Amino acid sequence: MSTATLSPVAPSVAPAAPSSLRVTQGRVIRSEWIKFWSLRSTTITLATAVALLIGIGLLASSMLNSGAATGPEAGELGPVDASLAGITFAQLAFGTLGVLFMASEYSTGMIRSSLTAVPHRLPVLWGKITVFATVVFVIGLAASAIAFTGGQALIGDGAASWSDAGVARAVIGSAVILSASGILGLALGALLRSTPAAISTLFGAMFLLSGVAQLLLPESWRDNVVQYLPSDAGSAFTSVSQGADALSPWVGLGVFAVYVAAVVAGGAWRLKRSDA
Amino acid sequence: MIEVHELTKRYGAKTAVDNLTFTVKPGIVTGFLGPNGAGKSTTMRMILGLDRPTSGTATINGRPYAQHTAPLKQVGALLDAKAVHTGRSAYHHLLAMAATTGVPRTRVDEVINIVGLHEVARKRAGAFSLGMGQRLGIASALLADPEVLILDEPVNGLDPEGILWIRHLMRGLAAQGRTVFVSSHLMSEMALTAEHLVVVGRGRLIADVSVADFIEQAAHDSVLVRSPQAVQLHDLLSGPGVTVLSVERGAFEVTGLSAAAIGERAATAGIALHELTVQRPSLEEAFMELTRDAVEYQTVGAAA
Repeated sequence: MSTATLSPVAPSVAPAAPSSLRVTQGRVIRSEWIKFWSLRSTTITLATAVALLIGIGLLASSMLNSGAATGPEAGELGPVDASLAGITFAQLAFGTLGVLFMASEYSTGMIRSSLTAVPHRLPVLWGKITVFATVVFVIGLAASAIAFTGGQALIGDGAASWSDAGVARAVIGSAVILSASGILGLALGALLRSTPAAISTLFGAMFLLSGVAQLLLPESWRDNVVQYLPSDAGSAFTSVSQGADALSPWVGLGVFAVYVAAVVAGGAWRLKRSDA
Repeated sequence: MIEVHELTKRYGAKTAVDNLTFTVKPGIVTGFLGPNGAGKSTTMRMILGLDRPTSGTATINGRPYAQHTAPLKQVGALLDAKAVHTGRSAYHHLLAMAATTGVPRTRVDEVINIVGLHEVARKRAGAFSLGMGQRLGIASALLADPEVLILDEPVNGLDPEGILWIRHLMRGLAAQGRTVFVSSHLMSEMALTAEHLVVVGRGRLIADVSVADFIEQAAHDSVLVRSPQAVQLHDLLSGPGVTVLSVERGAFEVTGLSAAAIGERAATAGIALHELTVQRPSLEEAFMELTRDAVEYQTVGAAA
């Protein structure tokens, strides 16, 4: 930086129509859009999530094609669910990006700038949710459709088609659940204000909780509890072949939405009430 | 205009800001002075609604900060040069800030030029030096051309040229009729920039005075007297309300008597004087004297 370029005088004051200057929710959304796309980590994480979703789906589909005898797990999956098998991993990747989108404001100190510009605070959270949910839904829908189409092509005989029962719901549902997982991560970031804490909580809830419950709970009420856990409720909406102990798709979506709404409410409360 | 009324902030048992009341007027630079930990940053954060006061109020141009429709147009704030996402470029940081309030993109380029960051505007803010970070913070404060500027330690990390530049900038902004409220823990810096001072120590208001009055009121002038007849002179000057301190052999520091009074007494008594110098306290000494009192007051108050 050359010091010779410094202007020793006060800034030229050229206010452009001061009456038009005001904070609106739309403008905050636009600001969050700029924030989201101006970080290198955004594109990297989005690409990772898409690669996981499509890659694992194609891998599972090709295993299905190589014969149902390859393994009992692959055999249990129907052609639709095999092609969408990457969703769990994509959920974690999108969820992590959601955490980063919010919690990095705290770790970097950016939150003080953000809340100085928007002192009502909550529009910032709604702006982030709007931007992030939309981006993840669009990208998730495209990636799910590619994973399904590519997966069915690999499976060949016995492949499902778009017109089969539940297929459209499972593919669109995958995008919905991915988007909701992103919101969950974002809201955890707002609630916990720490990237490591929010990511651990997210991974614990989405990845570990179901397995731990399977191991530890008494058999008599294991199935009743497990189906209501976030990961199981979410996958009820993205699967075509429901297990006997799973929720119906729409109940699953409802349960998942309740979890997300509860964490969003907690995050909003902390954002509004606590010192920044 | 910033009005702070009985503002208090407690963290558990610790009182960071204790019943502060003061007004910051437009048209001049007002310095907010106090040692580190005196509660300056906390006060500024409460004015901006970032921290919730335990009690009391702070308003800007008659309203709490959050109730303005375009807060950035009311107040430009530099609270912390680190209030930037390290992965984002200076340009995109400012663009995102501007977008919230509808500040046009051309103004973003304008403030980048004002603070002299145009060559590095597209680089990651995380790679900036402290001084460049301060410039970015100031750019963001100027973004919506605000009526009020709140700057927390703006000269921190700036090179001499940068310090000179920010002094000119602050005085220029005040001369345009804006309210400029700037914190520092350096009295000497404030004396060069500010016309009025709000001095705090341990969260309490110590002084709300013009810079000239502050220096006048803070410390008493002392007079250095040098004489070959030191012993006689000591007896001659000693008395109620007068302190005579021996500084070195044959020299005293006298407080409580003017230089003229000392000279006349010496002449009457026939004592030769080799030196008679009025010693004005430095600004830093005046400041330390005031804040030391605040610390002592605090200790007595706690013990009582």
